[in-house]
Amino acid sequence: MEDLLKLGGRSIKSRLLIGTGKFSGYPLMKKALEAAQPDIVTVALRRVDAGSKADNILEYIPKSCILMANTSGARNADEAVRIARLAKASGAGHWIKIEVVQDNKYLLPDNLETLKAVEILAKEGFIVLPYMSPDLSMAKRMADAGAAAVMPLGSPIGSNRGVKTRELVEILVREIKVPVIVDAGLGSPSDACECMEMGCAAVLVNTAIAIAQDPVAMAQAFKEAVSAGRTAYLAGLASSGSEANASSPLTGFLRDEA
Amino acid sequence: MKHDESLRAAKTAKQSRFKNRLLRRLCEAPRNDRIMSYYDILLKYNDLPFEKIFREFSAQEIERLIHSDSQDPERFWALLSPAAEKWLEPMAQKAHALTLQHFGRTIQLYTPMYLSNFCENECAYCGFNARNKMFRRTLSPEEVEKEAAFIASTGIEHLLILTGDSKVKSPLSYIKKCLEVLKKYFSSVSAEIYALTEEEYADLASAGIDGLTLYQETYDEAVYQRVHKAGPKKDFRFRLEAPERAAKSGMRSVNVGALLGLSDWRKEAFLMGLHAQYLQDRYGDVEIGASLPRLRPHAGDFKDISEVSDKSVAQILMALRLFMPRLGIALSTRESSLLRENLLPLGITRMSAGSTTRVGGHTIASPEEENAPQFEISDPRDVEEMKTMLAAKGYQPVLKDWMQI
Repeated sequence: MEDLLKLGGRSIKSRLLIGTGKFSGYPLMKKALEAAQPDIVTVALRRVDAGSKADNILEYIPKSCILMANTSGARNADEAVRIARLAKASGAGHWIKIEVVQDNKYLLPDNLETLKAVEILAKEGFIVLPYMSPDLSMAKRMADAGAAAVMPLGSPIGSNRGVKTRELVEILVREIKVPVIVDAGLGSPSDACECMEMGCAAVLVNTAIAIAQDPVAMAQAFKEAVSAGRTAYLAGLASSGSEANASSPLTGFLRDEA
Repeated sequence: MKHDESLRAAKTAKQSRFKNRLLRRLCEAPRNDRIMSYYDILLKYNDLPFEKIFREFSAQEIERLIHSDSQDPERFWALLSPAAEKWLEPMAQKAHALTLQHFGRTIQLYTPMYLSNFCENECAYCGFNARNKMFRRTLSPEEVEKEAAFIASTGIEHLLILTGDSKVKSPLSYIKKCLEVLKKYFSSVSAEIYALTEEEYADLASAGIDGLTLYQETYDEAVYQRVHKAGPKKDFRFRLEAPERAAKSGMRSVNVGALLGLSDWRKEAFLMGLHAQYLQDRYGDVEIGASLPRLRPHAGDFKDISEVSDKSVAQILMALRLFMPRLGIALSTRESSLLRENLLPLGITRMSAGSTTRVGGHTIASPEEENAPQFEISDPRDVEEMKTMLAAKGYQPVLKDWMQI
């Protein structure tokens, strides 16, 4: 049976979602997308210049992809909601990645305002994917409010530091009913692979691909890493402590009794 | 002989310890909750022997500090020192990597539009100086529309409007009227105008002005009083605290800057960077930016320019980037095409294109001698040429990066 990700009422084949900022140009971004073969691509509405044919980013995104606008630039729930509605009205669809940031120093998300935006937009029929700090109670509330997935950060956005939040993300993977998609901070294909091995449903990558020396090759590498990590997860990873021991130093006495 | 050397070494070490203690004490100040405004911080720095402290940094200190990720003002101070000049290449590598990481291979483009050149100030370094006998005009809403249509036709979505300092000839009501026209043509409009009160900034923000640019010109109050001979701008503190009032008012972005050349550049750059950090620490939801305007030839009488070389501009840029990795940094057409291209990878995030510093300079014909520029620009390239240059350098020109929501 094919391994598909159920998300927003769709069955998604690729577990690598791609962000479109930071590329040196749209033609190159298009090639990277072709190499990564994502099913979901996120675009900051603030950057969409629908009036310009040559400079309209939407023209460079394969038609087969689900377009997920994001609310980059929103400072509170109200702005995120307005951006989401604008995105829908301008034909960018009803998939929305909520980003609410009040912290321009580290670009860490504001979970409380994000939750408020999820509540409003889910009710309006949007497929809502909130970008968040990995916090169990917030993730639960977002899922309860109708989020299609939660997107915890691996480390601060653009930092390329990998899955520094691993312990917390693992808890979300165990406890949250909706898919957990790690977004932000993944610096290398091995980071993406690690997330997939942990049982995350998918990852979202932008900076590590966009600023690589060869973004097209890096997109390909991420695609393969995500696929390998997912296969490993499904195959049932042996945990590192599970090697058989020759003797049972602590419970050997029980066997003697039997 | 040996005795002398060890004495000297002991003295140097003592000086260095004194410097480090002093800096640490000072640098804790910006985080102090009792600070009411940036002016309080500036006062602490007022009588410091800046030049002496800058000289006391050693090569070893610089090497250690470049690769630390500390955002302490102490590190910024070190990166601006003469000793850091030997480390410009490693600083450049780090500045480039940080800029790529946080902003990617993108540069935002904007165009300035001068609405009026009436001015009540006598700034010794400016072509709009009230004493300069020149042709003065304020664009009518029809003329604003004509300029807007032209600039928009070049693809620009981010506009910066500028006026001289005259609340009589270019009052807020006039600026808001212009804004109604401009909103039809641009997705985001910022303003570089005379200092306002918090209520006035809030009024502009709700009318649709997204950002404020306001240069302090110089952070040295004595120099400030000397070069601002008359006019409302003479109020040093009212101007210094204006960016903070704008940050409180709901503006999305606030840009500060010092006019390099009015006073010692190391000191100016340091106090300007500290100002930016002060604002970013307190107003996390505002994008803080900085510019590096260098004094250009102008129709004025300020001749006492303190030399700021290209190398120094580069050092300031890289030190700023290492100090504040996410800071927006603009480089205008005050600088030459060549220098702008060379500085591009070292930390720049925004550039102007298709600039003119004349009122109505894009579409409204007037004899050149009548309509003097605020200053002479060095990079006359239009938007298409800038886009081509950026693409050739591997950068994506970003024309739209915000919209009215």
